Amino acid sequence: MLFEALLHEKVDTIFGIPGGAIINVYDELCDYQDRIRFFLFRHEQGATHAADGYARSTGKPGVVLVTSGPGATNTVTAIATAYMDSVPLVVITGQVPTSMIGTDAFQEADVTGITMPITKHNHLVTSIEELPRVIKEAFHLATTGRPGPVLIDLPKDVQIAEGEFNYPNDIDIPSYRPTTRGHPKQIKKAMELLKNSKKPLVIVGGGANLSGTMDLVNAFIDKFGIPVVHTLMGHGVNPRDERLYFGGIGMHGTVYGNYAVTHSDLLIALGVRFSDRILGNPKKFAPGARIVHVDIDPAEIGKNVRVDVPIVGDLKSVLKEFLNFDFETDFSEWVKELQGVKERFPLGYRKGKYIKPQYVVEKASELFPDDTIVVADVGQNQMWVAQFYRFKHPRSFLCSGGLGTMGFALPAGIGAKIGNPNREVLVIAGDGGFQMNIQELMTINRYKLPVKVIILDNNALGMVRQWQQLFFKCRYSATLLDDNPDFAGIAKVVGINARRVEKPEEVDAALEELANSKSPMLLHVLVDPRENVLPMVPSGGNLAEPLTDAPLDSGIVEKIRGGSDE
Amino acid sequence: MSDRQIFGGEHEHTVSVLVYNKPGVLRKIAGLFSRRGFNISSITVGDGKDPGLSRLTIVVTGDDKVIEQIQKQLYKVVEVVKVSPIDPKHRVEREMALVKVRLDGGEKIELLQLVEIFRGKIIDVSNEGVIVEITGATSKVEAFIKLLASSHKIVEIARTGKVAMNRWESSYNEEGS
Repeated sequence: MLFEALLHEKVDTIFGIPGGAIINVYDELCDYQDRIRFFLFRHEQGATHAADGYARSTGKPGVVLVTSGPGATNTVTAIATAYMDSVPLVVITGQVPTSMIGTDAFQEADVTGITMPITKHNHLVTSIEELPRVIKEAFHLATTGRPGPVLIDLPKDVQIAEGEFNYPNDIDIPSYRPTTRGHPKQIKKAMELLKNSKKPLVIVGGGANLSGTMDLVNAFIDKFGIPVVHTLMGHGVNPRDERLYFGGIGMHGTVYGNYAVTHSDLLIALGVRFSDRILGNPKKFAPGARIVHVDIDPAEIGKNVRVDVPIVGDLKSVLKEFLNFDFETDFSEWVKELQGVKERFPLGYRKGKYIKPQYVVEKASELFPDDTIVVADVGQNQMWVAQFYRFKHPRSFLCSGGLGTMGFALPAGIGAKIGNPNREVLVIAGDGGFQMNIQELMTINRYKLPVKVIILDNNALGMVRQWQQLFFKCRYSATLLDDNPDFAGIAKVVGINARRVEKPEEVDAALEELANSKSPMLLHVLVDPRENVLPMVPSGGNLAEPLTDAPLDSGIVEKIRGGSDE
Repeated sequence: MSDRQIFGGEHEHTVSVLVYNKPGVLRKIAGLFSRRGFNISSITVGDGKDPGLSRLTIVVTGDDKVIEQIQKQLYKVVEVVKVSPIDPKHRVEREMALVKVRLDGGEKIELLQLVEIFRGKIIDVSNEGVIVEITGATSKVEAFIKLLASSHKIVEIARTGKVAMNRWESSYNEEGS
């Protein structure tokens, strides 16, 4: 009955690992092999991140099927990751039979209790009769309004029970009716502000990717000639007029992007949640600006910053309303001012004797096709990708933004490839995070998925090491990984083509081979372990005062690689 | 919708929340408050008018921004049907307390007078003491307990927490109660 319901929801792909409390469902899966593709992972966290990567890249909900107890608790980190970034997932967990709930039975865990604060909704199914409605509701909740993960806990006796299958066509949950149309009065007010603004700025957030409205965002920017910046999750914005684009903002945003925020007189925030990584010091954030905030979730508006014009609604409908307005605007002076800042403080890095991670990212951006899906892990690698990879399409940059889950990239990349067999998928991870879900290399090999992987190996938990260098007097407490394995060797043992790259002059050829490879391939790149992510606005700092330079601490080279520096 | 001021920008607020009576709902709401760092002073639950729906009365402390967030976050719980702030100037509120008092000797008359003044009831009597039922606004219940404690030995107190309701639009009232 479960699979019939899933077919009604047009599910054709499931991620998971079986177990005792879900064995009956897996048995039934045999009868649906022709209609539903199932992908077996090596850890439930990997399976759930894969479903997440699938969902982020396709816009369709990712479906996960795991067992009770440890199977379910292993999904927790990945569910929390999806929750923080508003990714639609439907996670189905086995549960011990209803009669045994509460007895501390084998592999029993209170999964609805554990996942309550990290799901949009969850439900313990108590009878077969309610199952179809519960499934229908789960997909409805996961994909509408502000998307998010929904968990269904399915006791074994309910799995076995038989009942009449009546799938509801429509769903109406009176207590759940997200507002989609923005208030016309507020929309008018926002456009009045734009008309009278001298220094407007659009901030694009993850909501633009999630709602599939990046083309409308681009159209809006182009129509009124407004400069644009984006958050980490808002990558993919690409106005026709490239001069309007001023990169990312926040802790590791560009100097000119953060300058634009600080000097703007009108911020139009589209699907942004103004996280602490964007705001820096909230008291000094955009001191001269009025803020128009468009979001589907009313709770986001006014949560972290004061807002002048709140617009609760779906970006698609609000942007269409915006585009209905016609008036002349000329922000060329403002654009010129920002261009000037951009010329004075470009993003950059110094070349040297070691491979620079920024160069690897920049070169990959050049060699891989425009519509490549890049999946970054968390930490320095993620920030370098965000800074030096130029994304021109929506849903092409996936990473764990809100929760910052290391180990996300490899499994999420696998999920993205499963959902987009015709697009290149490039995983860029650091050495630390890669080892947190390294077991999924086996999954790549099992399904021969041509995922491309770059490991930027700086023999360190690099972002923490950077903070220790800058704020803790170079006391590298537990961050140096001087015992990293030979990642290329591991990949080869698993059955994946791999290369180790140690010298700057080898990088181009290796990247070309990676880009042209028809089969899965991994590059283990030993990068400069001293490199820092810059510019940087220290936590809680003022966006107007970024750190643009920091010395390289050469002492660490000897510590982690044995050889002496220079 | 701000209540009496406690200090600075912090106020006490009362919200009434209608929820579907499903397993785990109370846990979701209580969990939401602790996760978001909201401070619950009291929470009561019981059936409301419609079958299948329960009515919660929650008393929280926070500034206006916190209260706005609480309402918005409550609405995000799928089982929550309606969140209504209770207007401090135009509402009725009641709380009940059971107070077990030990009586050793001659303070009985005094006790009876106190109960009478506060329009309480004695609902259990024995040689050792009595149980008093007292109903009224939270401030009244608290005043009764305070006075009683100054002259008698209180053994146990059980309070229900506050229930509250906005008055009819047209109803006449003097401040609060």
